[in-house]
Amino acid sequence: MRTDDLIRSGRVVAAAAAFFSIAACAARSGSPVPAGPAGSSVQPASADERTIAHVLNRLTFGPRPGDVEAVRRIGVAAFVDRQLYPERIDDDRLDARLATMPTLAASPHAIAEEYVKPAEMERKRRQAELAAGVPKPPPEPEAFTRERQVLAELSAQKILRAVYSERQLQEVLVDFWFNHFNVFVGKGADRLYVGDYERSVIQPRVFGRFRDLLGAVAQSPAMLFYLDNWLSTDPNGVHPARPVRAPSGMAARRPAGLPPRPGAARAGLNENYARELMELHTLGVDGGYTQRDVTEVARCFTGWTIAGPNDGGAFTFDPRRHDEGQKMVLGHVIKAGGGRSDGEQVLDILASHPATARFISTKLVRRFVADNPPPSLVDRAAARFRETGGDLREVVRTIITSREFAADQSRASKIKTPLEFVVSALRTTDARIDNPAQTVNSLRSLGMPVYGCQPPTGYPDRADAWVSAGSLLARMNFATALVSNRLPGVVVDLTALAGSTDAGVARQRLARLLVGPDESGTTDAVLARESRIPDMAALALGSPEFQRR
Amino acid sequence: MVTRRAFIRNGAVALVTLGFAPRFLARTVGASGNSARRKVLIAIFQRGAVDGLNVVVPHGEAAYYAARPGIAVPRPHAAGGADPAVDLDGFFGFHPRLSPLESIYRRGQLAVVHACGSPDPTRSHFDAQDFMESGTPGTKSTGDGWLNRVLQSAPDRTDSAFRGVAVSPQLPRALLGRAPALALGPIAQFGIRGGSPSLAAAFEQEYAGISDPRLQATSRETFDAVRTLKAVNLQNYQPAAGADYPRSPFGNALREIAQLVKADVGLQVAFADVGGWDTHVNQGASAGQLANRLDDFAKGLAALATDLDDRLGDVVVLTMSEFGRTVRQNGNAGTDHGHGNAMLVIGGNINGGRVLGRWPGLRPDQLYEGRDLAVTTDFRDVFGEIAERHLGIADTATIFPGYQVSRARFTGLLG
Repeated sequence: MRTDDLIRSGRVVAAAAAFFSIAACAARSGSPVPAGPAGSSVQPASADERTIAHVLNRLTFGPRPGDVEAVRRIGVAAFVDRQLYPERIDDDRLDARLATMPTLAASPHAIAEEYVKPAEMERKRRQAELAAGVPKPPPEPEAFTRERQVLAELSAQKILRAVYSERQLQEVLVDFWFNHFNVFVGKGADRLYVGDYERSVIQPRVFGRFRDLLGAVAQSPAMLFYLDNWLSTDPNGVHPARPVRAPSGMAARRPAGLPPRPGAARAGLNENYARELMELHTLGVDGGYTQRDVTEVARCFTGWTIAGPNDGGAFTFDPRRHDEGQKMVLGHVIKAGGGRSDGEQVLDILASHPATARFISTKLVRRFVADNPPPSLVDRAAARFRETGGDLREVVRTIITSREFAADQSRASKIKTPLEFVVSALRTTDARIDNPAQTVNSLRSLGMPVYGCQPPTGYPDRADAWVSAGSLLARMNFATALVSNRLPGVVVDLTALAGSTDAGVARQRLARLLVGPDESGTTDAVLARESRIPDMAALALGSPEFQRR
Repeated sequence: MVTRRAFIRNGAVALVTLGFAPRFLARTVGASGNSARRKVLIAIFQRGAVDGLNVVVPHGEAAYYAARPGIAVPRPHAAGGADPAVDLDGFFGFHPRLSPLESIYRRGQLAVVHACGSPDPTRSHFDAQDFMESGTPGTKSTGDGWLNRVLQSAPDRTDSAFRGVAVSPQLPRALLGRAPALALGPIAQFGIRGGSPSLAAAFEQEYAGISDPRLQATSRETFDAVRTLKAVNLQNYQPAAGADYPRSPFGNALREIAQLVKADVGLQVAFADVGGWDTHVNQGASAGQLANRLDDFAKGLAALATDLDDRLGDVVVLTMSEFGRTVRQNGNAGTDHGHGNAMLVIGGNINGGRVLGRWPGLRPDQLYEGRDLAVTTDFRDVFGEIAERHLGIADTATIFPGYQVSRARFTGLLG
């Protein structure tokens, strides 16, 4: 390239950077954004449009073409209220699409019997044949395909709901609460339960009371299996019914009559759920509990188990495995002989604890407002949590109608997680998803596989966890593949989106649609140098603006 | 506001996009002789809390066998066709799946630091990992990770985008901070794929002028790295003879790290994760769940050591895990969250062939809180010894704020 080109490109970038700074200052002081440099298409977005875009970015997985106008017609307040009552929103088109996937409606038991067990039997048969010297196994039998169908459809519906559901706030909250009460689909029998867990345990309660959600999770086979509580057994009890596949002969070894050592791991007891229940589900790690509390809570939940996890069995309380002694949890006496009610009492104590109101409010404010939650808003949300007995609709309403939510510094302050990035890109391009499998793969390479978070912490909701060299490249590559229709099973009609084959017109449309109302002068200048519409669209979705919400 | 700086910086981006090599590239590629070899730390995080007592087995402890009737690894030379521990020094032994590492230990290139860990009592995976990665147990407000502070302090700094590399989709906590670090997926896919040839440069320009310093820096590091990888051409890598990496995410990660070490791209700190250690249920003994994970783990490390060959002299590989596990097996033939643990250290120039640290014993009265292996070596003393004596960082105080790393407490691993 020649020297004069080099100088020019350096100047253009510098000039664009200067413009961006001015625009940013102007936006902060509330005065209108000045027109860009010569040839720029940046037109000032109205205050109204910016507000609507902000609300859509936070309450939904990102605006689709036409969404801003739709909200403008009914008003922001009416839109927020509508999203808070999802049962009033028609979602028939999505439901019809999901109805084509049979495993989504199947019970965990049916999934075990009809999809998983036949494959396990087939595997055994083939191993036996191999051992017997049968030369070549036949091509993959249908049983294996059906087994894979379970996870494929589960992952697919996650993407389809996030992209196409009209009940967007509900889907955002289902994602939030699933992540809060995370389970991992790769842990054994959990593959039978995860779909049912998300749709029967979490979804109906995201606008309900926290105590109900907590209780439903505590009794869900998905959580009982994931955090091992289904195996936890009173070491001193008489329990002839051994847990399925658990080793035998362990519990009886403790010398009779010896009191348990303080803090000692009791044979039969499994602390995993008890600890995460307090650290991650309710009080938070600084919520003031001790190792002693963990052990006592674990004793309360002995006997909360699953009637055959490999058969997709349901929750059951097994009194023979329950520790009937007295317990002491966070200063509360749990009287001896309480049976199943021990666990319910623990959940009551935790759900009404002030640390829980604060911990849950902090996480919700982080999701909807800012990585560093404004303390004033956390205080008000936590107060609302307490005065409404943990009514999650009211807590969310407090947050999304707050002045902190609407404040200038909240706007575009969140970096999208990979899921938010991918789904918002699919929504803003009005993508037609015939098969979401490749999108599911993309999320894996972006570091956020669906239902694939192994630790109970769930995925982080802070920018520093998601901004790194390498991951930025993966986002740019996803954007490029999507708009050039190289993502198998996904179709984007750029011509329709751009509304024109004229580069100048297309750029204006794409910039407003894909980059959003806060397009910087830099991005505008970069787009202005492109003549190919797919390149413009890739640069729009890979732009710094689009990484934020 | 247009500053002169901004203009120069953006001009520089334009230069780079026109094919002018970045400064560091010329330097590192030009100076790849032996004298310019950089010291490298490869940190391996075993997330989920590995059961160190079944990795480096205290087979000389009767209490070990008493506490673990169902999951103990049999004593070396145990009768009855058992799959016993590999004896190291008459008291400790490797889990049998660690046998690929035995010859490295015998050569004196592998050391164990046992009963090592955090002074903080937490048994939360999340907190304990956070503390081990921030390098500040008990303090949650530390903004950056200890490996990032290593990068900030290490002598012989360059502009290489590969000074700090995590082979993972996202950067781990340990590498977060103001020194540039890179999360690297498969090398073959590292670059802008598809679109016009000029697309990568256009993406780069979008980020060059933005006001968010983190996104801007991240973008700069990304595109520097893309150029470097193109220049050194790592596509058709052949590991050294005998280096047989397991075909697993861990094996692939170590293979990529070896490539970067040998390509002299300026690597100083590499990081890889390996998970699956949270064995609350049916962890097994010589065979089973833990054994299967150790098989992958040991084969990977052995392949790395073989592949690095004489470059192992410039390298220290350090394994860590957030805490150990209960001495007693639990009611499900597994183990719960505990305290002290074992770290492995591999390197061409370490004082290996030994199990280091003071052994606190496993009798009930010797245990931490009556249940766990006590910690006799603070993990920061091991990190600090490596930072000072391997990486040549004179002042480790900034790496471990609030802690006095003391040579008197060094294990003797190095130097």
